[in-house]
Amino acid sequence: MNKIRVVIAKPGLDGHDRGAKVIARALRDAGMEVVYMGLRQTPEMIVSAALQEDADVIGLSILSGAHMHICPKVMELLKQKGLDHVVVVVGGIIPDVDLPKLQAMGIKGVFLPGTPMQDIVDFISAHVTPRAEAV
Amino acid sequence: MKSTITAEKPAEREGTFTTISGRPINRLYTADDIAGLDYDRDLGDPGQFPYTRGIHPTGYRGKLWTMRQFAGFGTPEETNARYKQLLAAGGTGLSVAFDLPTLMGRDPDHELSLGEVGKCGVNVTSLADMERLFEGITLGDITTSMTINSPAPMIFAMYLVVAEKQGADLRKLSGTIQNDILKEFIAQKEYIFPPRPSMRLITDIFEFCARDVPKWNTISVSGYHIREAGATALQELAFTLRDGIEYVQWGVDAGLDVDDFVPQISFFFNAHSDFFEEIAKYRAARKIWARVMQERFGAKNERSWKLRFHTQTAGVSLTAQQPYNNVVRTALQALSAVLGGTNSLHTNSLDEALALPTAEAATLALRTQQIIAHESGVVNMVDPLGGSYFVERLTLDMEAGAYKYFDAIDRMGGMVAAIENGYPQREIAESSYRFQQAFEKKEKQMVGVNVYAETDEAPFPILYIDDAAHEMQIARLAELRRTRDTAAVARTLESLKAAARGTANTMYPLLDCVRAYATVGEMCDALRTVWGEYEEVPSI
Repeated sequence: MNKIRVVIAKPGLDGHDRGAKVIARALRDAGMEVVYMGLRQTPEMIVSAALQEDADVIGLSILSGAHMHICPKVMELLKQKGLDHVVVVVGGIIPDVDLPKLQAMGIKGVFLPGTPMQDIVDFISAHVTPRAEAV
Repeated sequence: MKSTITAEKPAEREGTFTTISGRPINRLYTADDIAGLDYDRDLGDPGQFPYTRGIHPTGYRGKLWTMRQFAGFGTPEETNARYKQLLAAGGTGLSVAFDLPTLMGRDPDHELSLGEVGKCGVNVTSLADMERLFEGITLGDITTSMTINSPAPMIFAMYLVVAEKQGADLRKLSGTIQNDILKEFIAQKEYIFPPRPSMRLITDIFEFCARDVPKWNTISVSGYHIREAGATALQELAFTLRDGIEYVQWGVDAGLDVDDFVPQISFFFNAHSDFFEEIAKYRAARKIWARVMQERFGAKNERSWKLRFHTQTAGVSLTAQQPYNNVVRTALQALSAVLGGTNSLHTNSLDEALALPTAEAATLALRTQQIIAHESGVVNMVDPLGGSYFVERLTLDMEAGAYKYFDAIDRMGGMVAAIENGYPQREIAESSYRFQQAFEKKEKQMVGVNVYAETDEAPFPILYIDDAAHEMQIARLAELRRTRDTAAVARTLESLKAAARGTANTMYPLLDCVRAYATVGEMCDALRTVWGEYEEVPSI
């Protein structure tokens, strides 16, 4: 079986990378292929990495409150590149009122502080559709 | 009786007991555990070398700690109103939280500032914003702490120009800039320039302040962010003090006399949840710093030996679940800081795992400190835990552990070299992951999260910051660019670059840039063109 391929990135100016690093490591330990892009990634950089890495999943870590600006851009760029199948999940500090808005734009999962790592692993495994082998 | 206790080995709830940092703890501590402790050498009375028991002979009987609540959001006017409210509620010092564009040296109209203006703090783009931020507050009468690192020289210059315009005497002006770039590379990651030119900006500030603003605290060497990134208590202590040593060494290498600048260096620690471990950390910190300043640097001024520190309760311990529990956590953490002899304190608000605090939440956080100060009675004597078998054992072990880290970092060629090798970053990532695994297995517990969780929680009112501040700050910047003297801006930025290329102190050209209303982004860009930008190699 092909390994699930995940791109983890921290968009925006914030440097608090504890959560992004811990989850990147947990997903890797759970058998996924993880590319951790690091800090200050623009939506363009993230989507082009997803394309290059043939990612199944993009995980965005946002704690600064900039999610309502960053997420729509990422989703729009994914659509433009024909990457609609990529499952996008967000982790961070997200006010309740923004949750339905993020869902409406196609973000599959939002993980708030205190989420067990196993829940995120399970969520990703359940939401990624196994792809046909390339011919 | 004693032998029956050990012989029977009564059942205990767990196989091993450890602190939140993973340090094993025995069932009982006795005189045997501190057999080698020498009162004069290891403790000393409060106010006496090596200051383990405190730097003031009278402790809080003389003066309570400064209750300094960190605040900032939206526009300078909104934050100005919050400051006036905190001062009216009995706060005794101000502490400025800047937004990410300001912290990263970007103007509000920069691509990377998208969605970030005014969100995590107040936006300050130019001198005009600094004037609005302190409108109606006399800078000569208060002390202000500013959490600013890479652009610390620019923001400090703005503060000085505002003070100057208000007619304050800079020789008497006091306050603090965090200005601790090493922990940015290690933990918080708000860096702009590479480590070595960043260190040069800091030694420029040491020199400038020793000459022109002698009462200013030039650097607040911070363990707070190191701890928040996942370090253990010992790693927080060791990396922070080793950062302090690095700054002193660079100052000495720049030709400064230790006793001319070290007294203006202060520290900033985290107050995490493991009560006694934290108290031991603060006590060990004072003892180590006194020894290191005397023995390693030959400091003769006792003010150079005395470690002064600010404490903030642990943001990372706060939970989005059952937020009222955070009031209790914060109170216990604050108590540990007080029992450890902190000189100033910020208590977090209950809603900070959800958003920036509301005015009500911020007031409750301040009241928590006031209750400790005025009701608990712990301020009536100095270092009440001194002599505790357990606390003294922990303090000695913290000290020994820190010296081991110092040796390792010294062997790497110092902290800048260790950072360039990624050493402290890796150590912290390991501890962070180890804690997360222990948390998942419920070996470490958080009430309301992995124990006693509730599935259906009522919604909690939070401060929601919209984009009005962003739009206003962009409009103001456009207006500023239209109305200021463009030639003066260009000229002063050129002199800044010339100073950066050479060896002249950068503070003087920066003051000129600020007076010409150059923006934070423009001043940082000028230095970016000379020094380039730092990029870390991402690793997990």
